[in-house]
Amino acid sequence: MKGIIKENPTFVLVLGMCPTLGTTTSAINGLGMGVATMAVLIMSNAVIAMIKNLIPDKVRIPAFIVVIASFVTVIDMLMQAFVPSLYAALGVFIPLIVVNCIILGRAEAFASKNGILDSALDGVGIGLGFTLSLTTIGAVREILGSGSIFGISLGIADYMPLVFVLAPGAFLVLGFLMVLFNKYLKK
Amino acid sequence: MEYFAIIIGAIFVNNVVLAQFLGICPFLGVSSKVETSMGMGAAVTFVMALSSVVVWLIQEYILIPLGIEFMQTIVFILVIAALVQMVEIVLKKVSPALYQALGIFLPLITTNCAVLGVALLMVQKEYGLIEGLVYSVSTAVGFAVALVLFAGMRERLEFEEVPKAFEGVPIALITAALLAMAFMGFSGLV
Repeated sequence: MKGIIKENPTFVLVLGMCPTLGTTTSAINGLGMGVATMAVLIMSNAVIAMIKNLIPDKVRIPAFIVVIASFVTVIDMLMQAFVPSLYAALGVFIPLIVVNCIILGRAEAFASKNGILDSALDGVGIGLGFTLSLTTIGAVREILGSGSIFGISLGIADYMPLVFVLAPGAFLVLGFLMVLFNKYLKK
Repeated sequence: MEYFAIIIGAIFVNNVVLAQFLGICPFLGVSSKVETSMGMGAAVTFVMALSSVVVWLIQEYILIPLGIEFMQTIVFILVIAALVQMVEIVLKKVSPALYQALGIFLPLITTNCAVLGVALLMVQKEYGLIEGLVYSVSTAVGFAVALVLFAGMRERLEFEEVPKAFEGVPIALITAALLAMAFMGFSGLV
């Protein structure tokens, strides 16, 4: 469970920055992206742990990528079918889960050396950390930018600077959240 | 005129890094020196141009006729990975100095989401071959512009004293926010 704070993929390892910045325009979008990534991470970690002895060492990275890409395709189709509005909001970032460094990183650093159950649990831990960070960033940007949280209006929208849901706000909010994280949580 | 709009749009208005958030990893990782970021920009431009042509041909002549567009993600990422490998081998032979400088970041182009992202966006926008090529090259130029600008800012930043909690990535992100804000000035241009 050290994925949540000690090895938090966003704030400590600084991995997977593209979806972190690109999809966190609202808490719901951040949560959706986090859960989708977590699902892919758990399944790919488990499968890679399962087949790690069958893959020759030299081609392991392409093999990992194929496994990850297959699961991403599955998630992509599921989301398109069941949550079309979220799918439209996340757009190109769903297929781009393939190139999220967190997933390939965990496959290489953990799943290729450990058992199936451990790898799946590692996926849960890191995935939760990622989901939590994304939801937090999304919530902060949504409150500051559009004056609502999880789509519920707080009635202060007129006073909020829209810039926080636009591109610069993403960098700014992540930067300052990282400062807070460094100051209070990182030991 | 059409091409002009694509070029300006991809470089400035919808800058790949600062407006679309693709390719953030190399943006934060390689951008501490102007020289390396120029090399990285060049490598990405080359890979993107090459991959956009190959990906377009595969999409048009293999995936669509066979009706297996859902295989897009898997096929594209494999094509890009193979291309990067090739560029790496060529660069090692032709320019060992640049190869040394780029070091670990060259294989990382595979996981540079900008390359795959542009391939996917190009297909999504239903560009023709030439339009797609223009689009991907100008996106890559936009990437290089953002990278070099940012590297210049970070070189200065190195000599500044910042509070401890801000050191490293956080201050870089806040700098990037200012740069992104500057680029917002271009919106509405096309």
